[in-house]
Amino acid sequence: MDILVCVKRVPDSAENEISVAAGGADISREDLVYAVNEWDNYAVEEAIQIVEREGGSVTVVALGDSEIEESVRREMAMGAEQGLMLVDGAFTGSDGLGVATILKAAVQKGSYDLVLTGAQADDGAAQVGGMLAALLDYPYASLVNRVEVAGKSLRIGREIEGGSQELNEIDTPCVLSIQTGINEPRYVGLRGIRKVASVEIPVLDAAALGVDAAAVGQAAAKVRRVDYFVPVAGAGAEMLTGSTKEVAAQLVELLKAKGGIN
Amino acid sequence: MATQVFALIPHAGGKADDAALELLNAAQTLFPGCAPTALVLGSGPSLGAVATEVAAAFPEVWSFNQESLAYPNAELIRPLLTKVLPAGAVVMLSHSTLGIDLGPGLSVKLGAAYLPDVVGVDGVEGSLVKVVRQEFAGQVSAHVQADASKGLVISFRPGSFAPATASAAGTVVDKSAEAAGLTARRRFLEVVQAEAGDVDITREDVLVSVGRGIGEQDNLSLVDELAEAMGATVCCSRPIVDAKWLDKGRQVGTSGQTVKPKIYLALGISGAFQHLGGLKGSPFIVAVNKNPKAPIFQAAQVGVVADLMELLPELTEQIQKAK
Ligand SMILES: Cc1cc2nc3c(=O)[nH]c(=O)nc-3n(C[C@H](O)[C@H](O)[C@H](O)COP(=O)(O)OP(=O)(O)OC[C@H]3O[C@@H](n4cnc5c(N)ncnc54)[C@H](O)[C@@H]3O)c2cc1C
Repeated sequence: MDILVCVKRVPDSAENEISVAAGGADISREDLVYAVNEWDNYAVEEAIQIVEREGGSVTVVALGDSEIEESVRREMAMGAEQGLMLVDGAFTGSDGLGVATILKAAVQKGSYDLVLTGAQADDGAAQVGGMLAALLDYPYASLVNRVEVAGKSLRIGREIEGGSQELNEIDTPCVLSIQTGINEPRYVGLRGIRKVASVEIPVLDAAALGVDAAAVGQAAAKVRRVDYFVPVAGAGAEMLTGSTKEVAAQLVELLKAKGGIN
Repeated sequence: MATQVFALIPHAGGKADDAALELLNAAQTLFPGCAPTALVLGSGPSLGAVATEVAAAFPEVWSFNQESLAYPNAELIRPLLTKVLPAGAVVMLSHSTLGIDLGPGLSVKLGAAYLPDVVGVDGVEGSLVKVVRQEFAGQVSAHVQADASKGLVISFRPGSFAPATASAAGTVVDKSAEAAGLTARRRFLEVVQAEAGDVDITREDVLVSVGRGIGEQDNLSLVDELAEAMGATVCCSRPIVDAKWLDKGRQVGTSGQTVKPKIYLALGISGAFQHLGGLKGSPFIVAVNKNPKAPIFQAAQVGVVADLMELLPELTEQIQKAK
């Protein structure tokens, strides 16, 4: 089974206080810690486990500027033998459909039985996998939390409301968006990263991909972010202040009063 | 803009989901005066009950009654909607696990723009539809606009619009024949219900909930000690279950348990909507987080900006003394 996994480099929202830059055109990018999108690590791990069981290959692809190399190498260090970078100024400002259009070209440059994405990334849109499948005319399943190969098709589980699991059979080639918790992504140490440091990673631009530069990027985007803002706070929480001792004492009083200490 | 607005109605057990009336409100807010059409898909006699219920709110209901639609498989619904919807339609979905499955590909197949997980609307200007979304796990919001001249698929976050009042005497149009002979390359097999956990957190009045901010599995003992001192039960956010530190039955949220405690202590939890979606009954929420901008402080009644490693031992000690 030859598998392509699409990964995104994102500001790590668990590690950063995200704030809006002056004017709202962007978030403040100074001092941001970047990481591979949480969901994508599960997708790469799942691809590696499938190939360990069934044979085949794992290729990791990312789209962005030259900074994505760090992300691609990190994921390769998990055990993906090939990487691919899609870099072109013309890609900047693409909406979800633009990104899916570029990825479609990358899928068609190769020959894959299975394409994986994370279920969602930093913008919470959860859209690229589904759009990519539609553009490729492949079947699709989102929020996948189990994959078993069964001949030419896969038996998959989708996570639905309340944490129940919807079992499906899906034909290959297909696109799956992977949900967290499907596996335990392996740890990547410095040694692993060093091992793949010299592996050559092809970089493809719009021309190499055969993507019409006018069909992607800011100008072609039907969906555009006008600005970022912080909503006018509602009542919000009453914030307790003071030393650790003082705050704890206030909390004890509050919890007692509300019946929280039994 | 003369827009035809459609809303896909989620339903189960012969009853429309709360999202039906929320979608109606969203439609009326975004396109004042529009006459939205409800799309009701399913199988068997119970579908008739849903269609009748929905016709009390929407002026028109298109009903698709087919064996193949007994379970909502997005891979069947997408080609059906692509076939029956008029060019330029606005399709409204709930940003549920079905909406996530269906929406992105539907927008591609319809040639329409896609606006997912919308939490508010700003209005329509010509063919531009302006909405509010959240990014970075709810830490910042964004104004987003879509060119809907070729149609629009838009999904709304559950609960972000109040339900509209149902006051229509709508007609139900039977479109079942249009859904004949649907096939897909993804076949639904069955639903496996989530396993019950080691404790039933849905019955607890006082919950101490721990999130990724706890850092390491070993630190969970600080949370256990606090909960024990309080006589409370420990629950958690999703990353704690993903890491297999706690049982799935202890996860609060849309893909976990729905809890109705009186008091909820959120420790190192950022406050993602999927987490808060599992908190019902307006509990008294106390949030502890090192990030003063964490969205949880918008949901909480009382907040503390602190490092859990410092606050938890002190709090536990004071509670033990106070008892
Ligand atoms: C389809 C779907 C379903 C989902 N279902 C659920 C669900 O049912 N339940 C759920 O919880 N999530 C669910 N999620 C995930 C959800 O989107 C969030 O990713 C998750 O809730 C984040 O958990 P968290 O708040 O613990 O972690 P994070 O968002 O990483 O937040 C950790 C917080 O801890 C704070 N922190 C860090 N260190 C410290 C410290 N030392 N002291 C104090 N504070 C600290 C940080 O400032 C941060 O705010 C779902 C996601 C999807 C896509």
